[in-house]
Amino acid sequence: MPDLGRAALVTAFGLLLYATVVGALAAWKRRRRLAASAQNALIAALVASAVASAVLLTALARHDFSFQYVADHTSRELPLRYALTAFWGGQEGSLLLWLLVLCGYGAAAVLTTRRVSRDLLAWTVPVLGFVGSFFAFMLVFVSSPFVTQRAPADGAGLTPSLQNPYMAIHPPMLYLGYVGLTIPFAFGMGALLSRRTDERWIVATRRWTLAAWTFLGVGQLLGAHWAYVEIGWGGYYAWDPVENAALMPWLAATAFLHSVMIQEKRGMLRVWNMVLVALAFCLSIFGTFLTRSGVIQSIHSFAQSPLGGWFLGFICVVTAGTTVLIVARLPLLRARTKLESLVSREATFLYNNLLLVALCLTILWGVVYPLLSELVRGQTSTVSKPYYNFFLHSFGLPLLLLMGIGPLVAWRRASLRTLGRTFLWPLVAAIVAGAALLAAGAGSSRIGVIAYTFCIFVLSSIALEFVRGTRARKALGDESWPHAFSSLVARNRRRYGGYVVHASVVFLAIGIAGSSAYQTVREQRLGVGQSMTVAGRQLVFRGFEQRRTPNHRAIRAVVDVYDGGAHRIARMYPGKNQYFAEQEVSNEVAIRHDLLDGSDLFLIADQVNSDGSIDLKALEKPLVNLIWLAGFVFVGGSLIALWPDAREERRLAERYAGAMARA
Amino acid sequence: MTAALIIGAIVAAACVAVVALPFLREPKAADDVLDAPGEREQRRLAGAEERDRALAALKELEFDHRTGKVSDDDYRAQVGALRRRVADAVRALDPPERTEPKVPARG
Repeated sequence: MPDLGRAALVTAFGLLLYATVVGALAAWKRRRRLAASAQNALIAALVASAVASAVLLTALARHDFSFQYVADHTSRELPLRYALTAFWGGQEGSLLLWLLVLCGYGAAAVLTTRRVSRDLLAWTVPVLGFVGSFFAFMLVFVSSPFVTQRAPADGAGLTPSLQNPYMAIHPPMLYLGYVGLTIPFAFGMGALLSRRTDERWIVATRRWTLAAWTFLGVGQLLGAHWAYVEIGWGGYYAWDPVENAALMPWLAATAFLHSVMIQEKRGMLRVWNMVLVALAFCLSIFGTFLTRSGVIQSIHSFAQSPLGGWFLGFICVVTAGTTVLIVARLPLLRARTKLESLVSREATFLYNNLLLVALCLTILWGVVYPLLSELVRGQTSTVSKPYYNFFLHSFGLPLLLLMGIGPLVAWRRASLRTLGRTFLWPLVAAIVAGAALLAAGAGSSRIGVIAYTFCIFVLSSIALEFVRGTRARKALGDESWPHAFSSLVARNRRRYGGYVVHASVVFLAIGIAGSSAYQTVREQRLGVGQSMTVAGRQLVFRGFEQRRTPNHRAIRAVVDVYDGGAHRIARMYPGKNQYFAEQEVSNEVAIRHDLLDGSDLFLIADQVNSDGSIDLKALEKPLVNLIWLAGFVFVGGSLIALWPDAREERRLAERYAGAMARA
Repeated sequence: MTAALIIGAIVAAACVAVVALPFLREPKAADDVLDAPGEREQRRLAGAEERDRALAALKELEFDHRTGKVSDDDYRAQVGALRRRVADAVRALDPPERTEPKVPARG
């Protein structure tokens, strides 16, 4: 079995190397059969990496401890579902997942575009092959999941925080996002290498970029929810370097998704888009480097390894190569038109881009500063929450406001008189909401009131945009309101899908502002029968319960929750798990959701004392559930934007008919 | 072990076959040159992209006018130039057929 895994990895490495070298030769010498052969090598690499993955999964399912990876990350008593998810619980398995997903994306991109842009694809394949070769090289020569040993009686087990259902979905989603950003990067570089800087690379990668960005966004939200229910400190995002590592490429990709529309509509920002697509890709590799190298201490430091140097070298090569290529092709990337007015839709896209990139780079600085500080001054320093919060407020709030301003401004240029008319209702709604919030006592947090006022402004402008658009469509023909609405969305899925995504960001902002600016926290030591009060609710500690499962012992505090009076509204069980194989203790929080007001009552058993008392921490987090609702709205909006548009497909097919290669 | 070896050999052979497929299908290709748009095709492509951009800009203006984001005055000031741009782009893409000089018939 391990021999099969190793052989499959060596085969994948050989195929990807072939795709790189032969693909580049074919593109340079313009050899058709050679180029097709390199594309096929990329597809065959998917089969080889799938075989390697199947071998590892089989070993994990069988608890085959002769595989060092299986022994290091599972134990006999670990439930099968967690044994299988240990595939990406360690660095070697994660690298294999990277390779598998990359080969899957690469094969799908080749199969879907090989008939449309053969000249462009010819240079894209070597780029994809190069990235894949790096990961295959790491798996074959540096960090193989198929290292064998004399099988021990039992394995070391899986880190307790990873023994959670989110383990099955959060890492794969993040990897689908990280790796997916390779596709637009490869096509962008393919366009530069082939000197085909028309818009085919953008058209070819539009959906791939959107899909990768969606996966990355969903992956982060799932990670936030995982942290919320599993890590047990009462939050969902701690500005942890590894969390930031996923946020940075997402911000860069968000900027790219916006600015690429300006290139499509106006032929502008062509250099900027190349820079953004390269930045998003480099940051996705940097994210993997941070997660896998262990250079920065974080809650993800279970993944420490000596891979750092290799990844850093790869990032340097990619950054240098990309910079040289963009500079060399600058004459081909000159914009054909200029910005007509600073008060126009295009200009708001540009401001949005500047803010997103500024936020991304300040987060990057916060992540790398401790590294540089240690390197230069030999002193360890940390960048903490206030730094990130300052820049989140400085750049995030204007970004939020821009989401409301953008849809109300006309393309090309807008006059002040018209702006006054289009802004009237959203402004009135925002001012009324702000005043109502102040009257309701929300002024305890200035940032909170500003964020909520902006949120109302954005939601009003989105609603108005749908209403005005539907009315305009209805006026064109004898259509019913629902039909006019659906035809409005169907005719411009990207725009209206984008508005739904903007609405999800508003929900996210409301949830974050509510749960951080207006949360209540109480901590108290309670003996049996004693009580404490949080946000008008009385919590009574009734004692402990214990149970034993095959791989851990669970201890739970029984806490009754009363709503002011004598009426019990819930019984909650915060506690701790003691894992045998891993010899670790984990916090197991108890959460009560209130779906009516979107708040959570969050209980943490901070300390279980030997005298039978408990140190209980209780948090009341208003509106926190809007964060998770935002995830569903985000996926809905992305799906609308991703849904194929037959009219658009026909138009593009006609446009590129002459450029289509032989079947 | 044997089964693993057999599977490995089959996978490797299949991969080699897939990679060699273009040469197995056409051992002696008459034309082995990679297709790429020529200069004329690239000009047409650029023209088609410009036409689509101009059409999209005109449609955006119409839509912004209908939804009240562009006033009547602004609309009138912009629409003429955009229509001309569309017409120019379409004309550049489909130039009128060159009329051949008439050859007088011999009787």
